[in-house]
Amino acid sequence: MLAGLLGKKLGMTQIFGAEGEIIPVTIIQAGPCLVIGKKTAEKDRYTALQIGFGEAKEKGLNKASKGFFTKNNIKPVEFIKEFRTPDVDKYNVGQEVKVDIFQVGDYIDVTGITKGKGYAGVIKRCGYTGGRSTHGSMFHRKPGSIGASSFPSRVLKGLGLPGQLGNTQHTSVKLEIVEVDAANNLLVVKGAVPGNVKGLLVIKKTVKELKHKKAVVKAKSETKLVKKPSKKKLV
Amino acid sequence: MNLVKMVQDKQLKKDLPSFKPGDLVKVHTKVVEGDNERVQVFEGTVIARKSGSTNETLTVRKISFGVGVERVFPIHSPRVIKIERIKEGQVRRAKLYYIRDKEGKEAKIREKSTIQSTPTDAAKG
Repeated sequence: MLAGLLGKKLGMTQIFGAEGEIIPVTIIQAGPCLVIGKKTAEKDRYTALQIGFGEAKEKGLNKASKGFFTKNNIKPVEFIKEFRTPDVDKYNVGQEVKVDIFQVGDYIDVTGITKGKGYAGVIKRCGYTGGRSTHGSMFHRKPGSIGASSFPSRVLKGLGLPGQLGNTQHTSVKLEIVEVDAANNLLVVKGAVPGNVKGLLVIKKTVKELKHKKAVVKAKSETKLVKKPSKKKLV
Repeated sequence: MNLVKMVQDKQLKKDLPSFKPGDLVKVHTKVVEGDNERVQVFEGTVIARKSGSTNETLTVRKISFGVGVERVFPIHSPRVIKIERIKEGQVRRAKLYYIRDKEGKEAKIREKSTIQSTPTDAAKG
């Protein structure tokens, strides 16, 4: 089973849960995606599927990609991403992958490019408190001292200083799926997702260990403990 | 944004009665107490109707034992079962926050029916 999709952020809203509670949700246009290529163990030493999403204009394609799409007889796609998966054989090139790989209640990780905030100071970027604005204060929004003098004679790594904020890749982890609309390829996810509206998103099954999965691991370790004494008897 | 609206529209109630600020309403809400569920009624004047779509709320104010009480209800919430309009008010503002500072007769809102009956208004409308 492929555990990922490409999508587009459509916006946020709030909906009501079963108990009447308000759930903040993000609506994602997830797919339909195309399988446009495969990576196999024999040839590439790892297995993965290349997934395409969106429609690309013929005009914008370079010769190399145009050749690739015509050779494989695939509609030109705007975005291409690779998803690692062991069962490559189950998929054919040109096959469509849709939202129905996810179900309500599943947890997903969503990766995107965050909104760019430009060159930001230390208060916005690192959460420093800053100084007083009046009463003779000359310490307004400055970072302050950035370290001692002769020792260590350098600025320690990881110190918060001004610089570019946002416009970086970020993954929002373990978001719950509230609704799956297969007809319109919509995914309604609890919580916020990185980036602007219309931004590209990579949706994957969550890497976080889920509570019910933990239980399965425990059961396995118990069975191993039972087997050990039986081996001793044989010796 | 059409698809966002589509998701929202599924959540909206289609049989909402019309009501506006100044109206006297009864709001029936589902309340869960332990295992029991019962219906609670809150009666008062609508002083604001805010926001839109799934976020839409109404603020109802009443005077209870001499103390002003205000409650905000999300209109489209499944917990709000019914909204009944008892009297239609005649007001000139969309938000009646000024009522909070008024007492007694000053805080009273004219009923609309009395105004409609005057011949001048009927000719205009």
